[in-house]
Amino acid sequence: MMKFTIQNHKDTRSGFGDGLFELGQENDKVVALCADLTGSMKMDAFAKAFPERFFQTGIAEANMMGIAAGMTIGGMIPFTGTFANFSTGRVYDQIRQSIAYSGKNVKICASHAGLTLGEDGATHQILEDIGLMRMLPGMTVIVPCDYNQTKAAVKAIAKLNGPVYLRFGRPKVPNFTPINQSFEIGKALVYQEGTDVTLLATGHLVWEALQAAEQLAEKGISAGVINVATIKPLDESTILEALEKTKCVVTAEEHQQFGGLGETVAGLLAQNTPYPMEMVAVKDQFGQSGTPQELMKLYQLDANAIVDAALKLVARK
Amino acid sequence: MTDFEQLKRVASQVRRDIVRMVHARQSGHPGGSLGCADLMTLLYFDHLRINAPEFDMNGIGEDVFFLSNGHISPVFYSVLARRGYFPVSELTTFRAIESRLQGHPTTHEGLPGVRISSGSLGQGLSAAIGAANAKKLNRDKHLVYVLMGDGEQQEGQIWEAAMYAGSRKTDNLIALIDYNHKQIDGPVDEVMPLGDLKAKYEAFGWKVYETDGNQMEKLSEQLENCRNEAFKGFPQLILMKTEMGQGVDFMMGTHKWHGIAPSDEQLEDALSQLEETFGDY
Repeated sequence: MMKFTIQNHKDTRSGFGDGLFELGQENDKVVALCADLTGSMKMDAFAKAFPERFFQTGIAEANMMGIAAGMTIGGMIPFTGTFANFSTGRVYDQIRQSIAYSGKNVKICASHAGLTLGEDGATHQILEDIGLMRMLPGMTVIVPCDYNQTKAAVKAIAKLNGPVYLRFGRPKVPNFTPINQSFEIGKALVYQEGTDVTLLATGHLVWEALQAAEQLAEKGISAGVINVATIKPLDESTILEALEKTKCVVTAEEHQQFGGLGETVAGLLAQNTPYPMEMVAVKDQFGQSGTPQELMKLYQLDANAIVDAALKLVARK
Repeated sequence: MTDFEQLKRVASQVRRDIVRMVHARQSGHPGGSLGCADLMTLLYFDHLRINAPEFDMNGIGEDVFFLSNGHISPVFYSVLARRGYFPVSELTTFRAIESRLQGHPTTHEGLPGVRISSGSLGQGLSAAIGAANAKKLNRDKHLVYVLMGDGEQQEGQIWEAAMYAGSRKTDNLIALIDYNHKQIDGPVDEVMPLGDLKAKYEAFGWKVYETDGNQMEKLSEQLENCRNEAFKGFPQLILMKTEMGQGVDFMMGTHKWHGIAPSDEQLEDALSQLEETFGDY
């Protein structure tokens, strides 16, 4: 069992910005595009250090995606940067045709995903992006959990030849995974083994799942915790192996229940062994203005919600 | 010296290929394909500095062409095949099951000559700007070309891209618009008028030229002029006046032949107007 301690509190978007800057130093084929959110995306360091390889498109995300697709022709590795809402729903057809169907090596990097965007409200709080991107053939979908993992993921996706959706967020959250880790695309990380219930979490909910496991232990329930940082391709064998022991599963994500991690895992289980399952996710609702903490509590996306779901499940087993 | 007589003989064969492909599958877009046959022949058999029949996706050290109005795939496929990128016999598979010649062009099946998927309109100009940016980073002095439809100018992304190229001085880019004034539902001026397209692009910082897209000599002169004006701090656009259905009398002067196939009798009629110059596939 791995014991995690909080090294500091950092935003995952800074993990992106810092990773991108280092990539810029390491690989002169890495280029970055941004649609008027350079500061929010933490892309300033890259833009300042590599002005020739930084492309400001203005508030024109469709054009940004098309330019990124075109820049791969000539061997560049483009990283696009804007909020998750404008990285997916707004430009879905551009991504579908010019990037995914065309098989272009574009890295779609999306910040301010989910409710923790906070006060800007539902117009900006996309909760459907994982589902949208997961449905595209050939698209890799990655949702890292903290600063260190996000930075490692940025480095890893530059080495993969193909389109990637990388989802991260705005608020400062616990930074607890190892510094200078390497990120293995498609690998779910078993943080804790359990015998009663398995908690599968992604993104900001991974820390909450670890806290939930501690609370469950106090109640005499042994919970396994797995960080599903790659939603697609899903690490099916790791998940199925863990579930052979616990025979029930809670999924937790800052996303709509439809199309996200929960339904992804449900699909896997339905086609293998259909274990009892609970999904901690947003239930067919839009978000609203509020602080990240208030919103996660109100929409029941925190450790307490995971504990409640686990208790319900264990009783059902 | 450009041998225009020879180019016109190629264009005649390309037009035969177009009507035969669309007839064989009873599906496809002959109107715009015929209208752009002169341009596409001129580009691939004379103007473009390309390494044909060798194909490399990155296109470093050669000119790169994008077809944004992907529905005129028949003319694209014919010209690519006749230029040697893939066997002419493969034109028989146009729009057929498990073909590399999909209804709209795609890289997905690995067809040599195609660098991006197109069909959903409005996306090609952005991709061309991206390729032009990459050429500059690679210190590659070759040019990027993109062909768009006139109805396609109604897409919002086109204007995002036009703004970008003008302000960023994408001067290794030559865009062309197939200005036949027709789209599926009727005349462009009725469906959604484009207004003064020349003035609009000029307002975004482009140099805009008007020429006849069905007269190879004039078109060739214009393309050469654009090549000479490249790298001077502005993107360039050729508004190319064409006739939809050019070369087949009953397909001209109407939007009707945008996306329908000729019958057996109509095929015979069309082929009787187009000389077989390099052998039907």
